[in-house]
Amino acid sequence: MKLKFAIKRKLLQFIAFGCSNAHLLNFRGGRIYTGKWKQFCNPGLNCYSCPAAGFACPIGALQAVNGSRQFSFSFYVAGLLLAFGVLLGRAVCGWLCPFGLLQELIHKIPSPKRKLKKGFLSIKYIVLVVFVLILPVAVTDYMGMGKPAFCQYICPAGTLEGGLFLLAAHESLRKAVGALFSLKMTILVLTLIGCVFFYRFFCRTLCPLGAIYGLFNKISIFHLEVDSHKCVGCGKCKVVCGMEVDPVKTPNSAECIRCGACVDACQADALRLGISTKCKKNLPR
Amino acid sequence: MGNNTNLNSESLCHTKYFEIPNRMKTPLRIAGLLTACAFVIYGFSRGEAVVVLNKAVNICLECIGLG
Repeated sequence: MKLKFAIKRKLLQFIAFGCSNAHLLNFRGGRIYTGKWKQFCNPGLNCYSCPAAGFACPIGALQAVNGSRQFSFSFYVAGLLLAFGVLLGRAVCGWLCPFGLLQELIHKIPSPKRKLKKGFLSIKYIVLVVFVLILPVAVTDYMGMGKPAFCQYICPAGTLEGGLFLLAAHESLRKAVGALFSLKMTILVLTLIGCVFFYRFFCRTLCPLGAIYGLFNKISIFHLEVDSHKCVGCGKCKVVCGMEVDPVKTPNSAECIRCGACVDACQADALRLGISTKCKKNLPR
Repeated sequence: MGNNTNLNSESLCHTKYFEIPNRMKTPLRIAGLLTACAFVIYGFSRGEAVVVLNKAVNICLECIGLG
């Protein structure tokens, strides 16, 4: 029996979550993994201060290198993001991102579900440009080093995955809690509440990584295609889309996370998700 | 002109959505992957991965809300 995309995706999401956060024993001692694998970036958003994290966060790494004394731009991290983007586009968000999985699980909490106003979708691009790209380079200390502004002021993944567990394990860290932690906890709580009512609230409004990968959706090798000969215009694909994309009109929208819900819902087999399509020969050039 | 088969020229005129023509996608993908490889190799060779590692193996006080 062919597995539906929903099942395949959930399975892969849990596997990716496990691979990203394999060092579970570190929770006991409040330690973090310090091995050489942390020089490589996780494709999704996963704080490297999470005790279980085995890889570096790409957004944290980008800010760290851009804000360092030696470099002002990270070719290494940019190259990795470019590769993930061209290969998968925002399928990273839909299939591999640990924080994306957490948001989907939180969204399952029974509550009225709401639609997000389109204007909120632009905020993540502002976050990307200002907090990830500009501030770590422009605002430096006396040693010429910039701080990871997105991680410092916004990222709820860091607060949830790293902050809470490490503060619980280390009294010395708890003594250092101040206004900044209150700000980050507020953002975390608002994000979690938002995730209950809006599907993937953080991904759609604040995530700079989603903003980057979304730019590649139009050329990514793993993509969605519509066979207009088979499409009957029933609109079921649009109804089931959690990201509020119309897969028929905008199949490679920057908001599409390639979850495959539209493909599963399509009764006419008009949608295909993958790296190649059977109807390629019928598509006009 | 965009190459999603269900979009005709009229609908493209009235929407902001733009689809890259299929004939341009493969060259863009190849260029993107080659650029990515070059970036990664260059960045790795000049020691950026060491900076990433040094940051990632220490508790990031900014990330956990302690500034």
